[in-house]
Amino acid sequence: MKTKRSKLIYNLVTFGLVIAAFIIMTVMINNKTISRSLKGQLIPICSWIMMAVSLNLVVGISGELSLGHAGFMSIGAFTGIVVSGWLLNGFQMEDPTLRLVLALIAGGVTAGVAGVLIGIPVLRLRGDYLAIVTLAFGEIIKNVMNCIYVSVDGTQLRFGFLNNTIPGTILLNGPNGAKGVKTISTFTAGFILVLITLAVVLNLVNSRAGRAIKATRDNRIAAESMGVPVTRYKMMAFVTAAVIAGMAGVLYGLNMATLVPTKFSFNESINVLVFVVMGGIGNILGSVISATALTILPEKLRFLQNYRMLIYAVVLILVMVLGNNPTLKSWFRSVFGRLFRRGKPEDGPDGEKEVARHE
Amino acid sequence: MAFLSNLVNGISLGSIYAMIALGYTMVYGIAKMLNFAHGDVIMVGAYLAFCAAQYWGMPPLVALLIAMVACTVLGMTIEKLAYAPLRQATSLAVLITAIGMSYLLQNTALLIWGANPKVFPDLIGLDSLQLFGGELVIKGATLVTIAANIVIMVVLTLFINRTRMGKAMRCVSEDRGAAELMGINVNRTISATFAIGSCLAAVAGFLLCSSYPMLQPTTGSMPGIKAFTAAVFGGIGSIPGAMIGGILLGVIEILGKAYVSTELGDAIVFAVLIIVLLVRPTGLLGKVQREKV
Repeated sequence: MKTKRSKLIYNLVTFGLVIAAFIIMTVMINNKTISRSLKGQLIPICSWIMMAVSLNLVVGISGELSLGHAGFMSIGAFTGIVVSGWLLNGFQMEDPTLRLVLALIAGGVTAGVAGVLIGIPVLRLRGDYLAIVTLAFGEIIKNVMNCIYVSVDGTQLRFGFLNNTIPGTILLNGPNGAKGVKTISTFTAGFILVLITLAVVLNLVNSRAGRAIKATRDNRIAAESMGVPVTRYKMMAFVTAAVIAGMAGVLYGLNMATLVPTKFSFNESINVLVFVVMGGIGNILGSVISATALTILPEKLRFLQNYRMLIYAVVLILVMVLGNNPTLKSWFRSVFGRLFRRGKPEDGPDGEKEVARHE
Repeated sequence: MAFLSNLVNGISLGSIYAMIALGYTMVYGIAKMLNFAHGDVIMVGAYLAFCAAQYWGMPPLVALLIAMVACTVLGMTIEKLAYAPLRQATSLAVLITAIGMSYLLQNTALLIWGANPKVFPDLIGLDSLQLFGGELVIKGATLVTIAANIVIMVVLTLFINRTRMGKAMRCVSEDRGAAELMGINVNRTISATFAIGSCLAAVAGFLLCSSYPMLQPTTGSMPGIKAFTAAVFGGIGSIPGAMIGGILLGVIEILGKAYVSTELGDAIVFAVLIIVLLVRPTGLLGKVQREKV
């Protein structure tokens, strides 16, 4: 059993690390000692952290494998781009901070609505069937985004579906996506969003609702018979994750001058899942660290050119195979057991699945 | 006539999906894992057939055989190196390993064959069939694909139902622990499953590229995802389900592209999948497992 105190320490360490990283980065930016490639990656890192933490809420805490998380990011990103472009072109709102805040709210709300709509059918299913339906929704979102045309005509937004003959300044151009986006995301905004994400998720996990969600993950039937409204809590986790992913999308989208809908493909969803699994399922701090490390790593390996992704793949396989080697595992546990309590396998969602399959 | 022609093309594409879906569904049924690297085995098979025919001047049938043998070995090696050590691990760890394997295969192919798409030669060399006084033209590749699929279905059904290995596979998929107690070599059975799945993937790769002759390192991913969808559509773990699911999916995709919208073809496929799963949460032919407390 984890005590209240150890939870508090864990939360303090998580927030402390993020704040320390922010301070170091800000100092480095001011001293100009930061490398160009790292500087360009700071905002994407913030959005990937948000993606990883929110997916961890679904996969780790709620125990449902979701393979379409990038879909929510896509909805958020394009909503953000449209809202920001609309405010700029339609209402001449020059203030970037206000535009970013409004875009974030719009992106989060749209992704949240999508989360509710998708969650209703998805959460009726179990296990791998649930996974494939989230994959399907992710692909549908990508495909539909490819057909949407949005322009701003005066102060009015015009939408076209499979129809690119709409008047005004084009904001979204179907498969060509958004071009010439005014980049208004800032590292400070990213940092604040990461803090909000952590606050929301850690609070949710340690609240009454969080305990109910974990109880549902560990044994749905037992939780149900104790009077836990299973679907409502699963929905809560799913929609929260969708909102955070939507905001991550806004942050990401408004940091790119051009963005095409196919960017948010199945591969991106899988990438975020890799962050979550490498960081430790159910371990929020782990997600933060692995999202950061695994975003920087491929860039650092750029000198290897074409061998870069090959090495990434080998590392991925080796970590999984060696990390699950019984001998190594028990050795790790004896050495680091006290430090990494949270990463213990009984925290993972798989206990329930294994039991279910053996029946 | 146009409808009939679309239907035949749909069945042909669906046959390819069915062959790939068989690999997914058998591995899922027996090893209880989602093998995301399966789609990339298709791509490797297609490249090998391409090399054998184009560079080494082999006749088409030999090229296909080379691809089949090489993919069989590849599938078994992948299983031994990456998946076998994870038998006791959580299903997510296995999933991530499979994804790593998929990246590995794609990037190795990228290094060997480059990113530029290769045009797959017409290896089947069968004339188009003209029916109804030339109104309905069926391509040779289409005919061969459908015929190959029928042969594979019959042989595989016989194999699963009549041979000792087939029986062992059914046992392991039913209850691995009990099968082991009955003296079935589980490791060998899983290995054989991967061998069959990968061999079928090579055939699928050859036929896919005969019909759609663009070959690049990512060729296998989208058909892989679609075939996985097909396997779930038919009820994952069920062999007849994979066949039916694959063919239905192919037909829906082609008809959707022809009559609704080309751009939304994939969205239609996935939307149908979602609707089917909502009505039948375990797919068309999937077994409904009751949870026991």
